Amino acid sequence: MPLILATSFAELKDIFLMQGFAGFSLFAVFLLMALGLAIIFGQMKVINMAHGEFLTVGAYVTVFLSHMVTDHAPKMLPYYFPVAIVCAFVVAFILGYIVEIGLVKYLYNRPLDTLLATWGLSMILQQACRSIFGAREDTATLPDWMMGSWSPSEGLDIPINGMFLLALAIVMVVLVYFLMYRSRWGLKVRATMQNRAMAGAVGINTKSVDRITFALGCGLAGIAGAAFTTIGSVSPSAGSLYIVDTFIVVVFGGAASLLGTVLSAFTIAQSQSILEFFLTGVLAKIFVLVGVIIILMIRPQGLIASKVRK
Amino acid sequence: MHTLYNRALGGKSGTVGLALLCIVLFLVFPLSLDNFRLNMMSKYLSYAFVAVGLVLCWGNGGILSLGQGLFWGFGGYCMAAFLKLEAAHNIAAESGSDQIRALTTVGLPDFMDWNQITSLPYIWYPFKSFPLTIILVFLVPTLLAYIIGTAMFKRRVGGVYFALITQALCWIMEISFVTRQGWTGGINGITDLRTCLGWDIRTKSAQITLYFLTSIFLIACILVGRFILSIKLGRILVAMRDGEDRVRFSGYSVSKLKTFIFCVAAAMSAMGGALFVLNVGFMSPKLVTIEPSIYMVIFCAVGGRNSLIGAVYGAILVSYGKTYFSEMFPNLWYFLMGGVFILVTRFFPDGLAGAVDRFGPMLGKKIFSMIGRAQQNFPAVVPVTIEANEGH
Amino acid sequence: MSAAAELEIKDLTVSFDGFKAVDNFTFSVEHEELRVVIGPNGAGKTTLLDLICGKTRPTGGSIRFKGRELSKMQENSIVRQGVGRKFQTPSIYPKLTVFENLEISFPRGRGIWGSLFFKQTDDVRERINEVARDTYLSDHLHTSAEHLSHGQKQWLEIGMVLIADPKLMLLDEPVAGMSVRERQQTADLLKRICKGRSVVVIEHDMNFVKEIAHKVTVMHQGKMLVEGSMDEVQANEKVREVYLGH
Ligand SMILES: Nc1ncnc2c1ncn2[C@@H]1O[C@H](COP(=O)(O)OP(=O)(O)OP(=O)(O)O)[C@@H](O)[C@H]1O
Ligand SMILES: [Mg+2]
Repeated sequence: MPLILATSFAELKDIFLMQGFAGFSLFAVFLLMALGLAIIFGQMKVINMAHGEFLTVGAYVTVFLSHMVTDHAPKMLPYYFPVAIVCAFVVAFILGYIVEIGLVKYLYNRPLDTLLATWGLSMILQQACRSIFGAREDTATLPDWMMGSWSPSEGLDIPINGMFLLALAIVMVVLVYFLMYRSRWGLKVRATMQNRAMAGAVGINTKSVDRITFALGCGLAGIAGAAFTTIGSVSPSAGSLYIVDTFIVVVFGGAASLLGTVLSAFTIAQSQSILEFFLTGVLAKIFVLVGVIIILMIRPQGLIASKVRK
Repeated sequence: MHTLYNRALGGKSGTVGLALLCIVLFLVFPLSLDNFRLNMMSKYLSYAFVAVGLVLCWGNGGILSLGQGLFWGFGGYCMAAFLKLEAAHNIAAESGSDQIRALTTVGLPDFMDWNQITSLPYIWYPFKSFPLTIILVFLVPTLLAYIIGTAMFKRRVGGVYFALITQALCWIMEISFVTRQGWTGGINGITDLRTCLGWDIRTKSAQITLYFLTSIFLIACILVGRFILSIKLGRILVAMRDGEDRVRFSGYSVSKLKTFIFCVAAAMSAMGGALFVLNVGFMSPKLVTIEPSIYMVIFCAVGGRNSLIGAVYGAILVSYGKTYFSEMFPNLWYFLMGGVFILVTRFFPDGLAGAVDRFGPMLGKKIFSMIGRAQQNFPAVVPVTIEANEGH
Repeated sequence: MSAAAELEIKDLTVSFDGFKAVDNFTFSVEHEELRVVIGPNGAGKTTLLDLICGKTRPTGGSIRFKGRELSKMQENSIVRQGVGRKFQTPSIYPKLTVFENLEISFPRGRGIWGSLFFKQTDDVRERINEVARDTYLSDHLHTSAEHLSHGQKQWLEIGMVLIADPKLMLLDEPVAGMSVRERQQTADLLKRICKGRSVVVIEHDMNFVKEIAHKVTVMHQGKMLVEGSMDEVQANEKVREVYLGH
């Protein structure tokens, strides 16, 4: 506290802005993770405890590509990242597709069982990453343009990778919005999730809808993984560190609401990042979690909820 | 007497199951396992307390808690605090060397010394007394469960949401315990526990005694569970799981009933935690975080979420599997364990108990009919061979 | 609105995000009266019962039962005031037997201690048998409820409400999914049980309504349209308009 009193008001403003922008990186990763989970958990009611591992997979794909490029085609380094994002999505999507066929499709009306089964899945995926890539942490070589920071005024440094992440997250939210709420396919998805039998009866191929929806959610986690490499190093358990936060973000937002997910990711990431400046990181996290739990007790339906009769 | 037989023992089939478990716990394991393995078994059994509690609140009441480690942990930490204070007193007193006396503060746990804490924090005071410790072992976790339960169930937070929130709470507990090093021993936990009321718990005979003590308490918990399931409360639990609103509109306070059973499960877990500390001699935050809490649910799922006895076998088998696989196949055991969870939820939603119910009678019949056929066939075989011989 | 009215509802309103499912609704039910509420789909009938039994909280207005205000009470306290509710879709405990379903609904041992020390005494068994007989389920006492037919499930739920001996019974579409014979049996049952209590029934089947109703209330878009005997209601222009125009 004395520290804060000592600093001038302008400095304080800069600190807030900087912590705010640091929060934006966290916000972007939370949002990308939560976006996929909002589809899988919010829409499909599958408690996917392996969601974090799809992030890990996406991150490893990015790291792998970055090594390939630095070793074999260093000239391509500035351009590889967009390709990596697409690859991360595709790999996670395919993996999700397989998981749906092999496991999740048997458990749709048993939500709590999906929790146990996907926990098993997450153990397997983690070990697979450990066997393939080793237990050490690994980092992607970032293109030069992503490093460094932008200083619009003196004493204020805004990291470029943070802004890139933010832009990526916003683009994905818009895409998901159009896909889920403005396209014919999205209509099919929502119909299937609300009443599978009825949707089947009116001629929707619910099985294929399930598969693609689940895979899409996993693919989004893959993108989150690619994004993650810009702010941290990857290890087999990287994704599992985010799983609790991600569930809290989705639940806090109101499970089936896209706007809720965005608001909740923003609130949680920002309050955590700003509190982190005053407290230790761990304490900030505890404060935020306790706050979220208390708000959830007052509003069990989350921030944004549609009023429906239960 | 007759009602007691039906209630606590669960009639004929229930008694057989319980008798088998008693034979396994009191005869088979003590006779077949060496001291090291028996002590390990005590550890597994201390997890079984949680699984038995989960059968009540999850399998029957439909309340899935992913934070049972919280209660198990608080029970364990309370016990550990008592043992640690005793150890702290003795070390300084026993030690002949002035050097050690100079380095340690009498009655202050070593990790407090390392963290520059000079006098015992107030919350450690009650753990100077054994009776008070025993009360707190139960009271702290149960009170916590009561607070969590009342807050959540009053607000109608249930199902998946309850599961996720309890998981988050568990995590909060872990990180607070890790960061509050001076009070809790931080990431290492409370270690180097030696005696309980002067009785050295590290000796072979103590460990055997403790094994039996753990088993007896576990059986007691099962009997309590049986009793609860056999009375009206048990049927209300199932009713709540299947139709909460109907129960509410039959005039029951659903939130109070849920809180009650959640507290019972918490108290059982706490008992397991305390016994764990006595058996193993330490407590650490790694044992109470998210992952162990999910394991506890998995014990229950593997054993059969509706079966009190199944839960015990589930806890033993999964824990044993975990130890065995990780010793034998350090690189593969995650695959094996993960695979087991997937297979169990996919093919045996009622776990071992369900499989026994489904295939047990069939298997029994097969064995019986095989015995029967053998007896029938025996006289028939002889004439046939004779005939064949004659035809020759 | 006579002084003897058991249930008095005044200016009751509930709004869901601006949509008024029940809108300034006023009505009263007398002791031993069997009232039927009819109205097109979405008229707000079920919501009205939800409001009375505390499942939904009103935005405004009052609900008085025997002079007590219900609108602020907890659901289980409302039940203990003597209000029983049968839901539109049968809600019973599928994994328990008919006997156990009724036993749980028996109004004793509702607290935690009560449920711990509840004893299944002779009077409990007698009462369960009696209700089972009333609801034509005597032969199925030990059947698991999930194996009952749809009509029997409806009866079971009525029985579960009945066993608590409520002073006000709220029945939401009790004959939906029943055969003609079962409907007749249900009509007999309802006529029998309105002795000593008030009953509010929601129904779509006009023949059934005609058979049982003392008085009929017609709801439309959350408002009371008309109230009167079945003949009066059927002759009413507005009612025809609402039903035909829908
Ligand atoms: N909790 C709620 N949230 C939002 N809208 C609701 C809620 N409950 C009821 N409604 C709406 O209120 C209106 C009245 O519904 P209600 O179920 O009371 O009609 P009803 O007369 O019982 O119809 P039916 O004859 O089909 O049973 C409907 O449009 C319904 O969608
Ligand atoms: Mg209705």
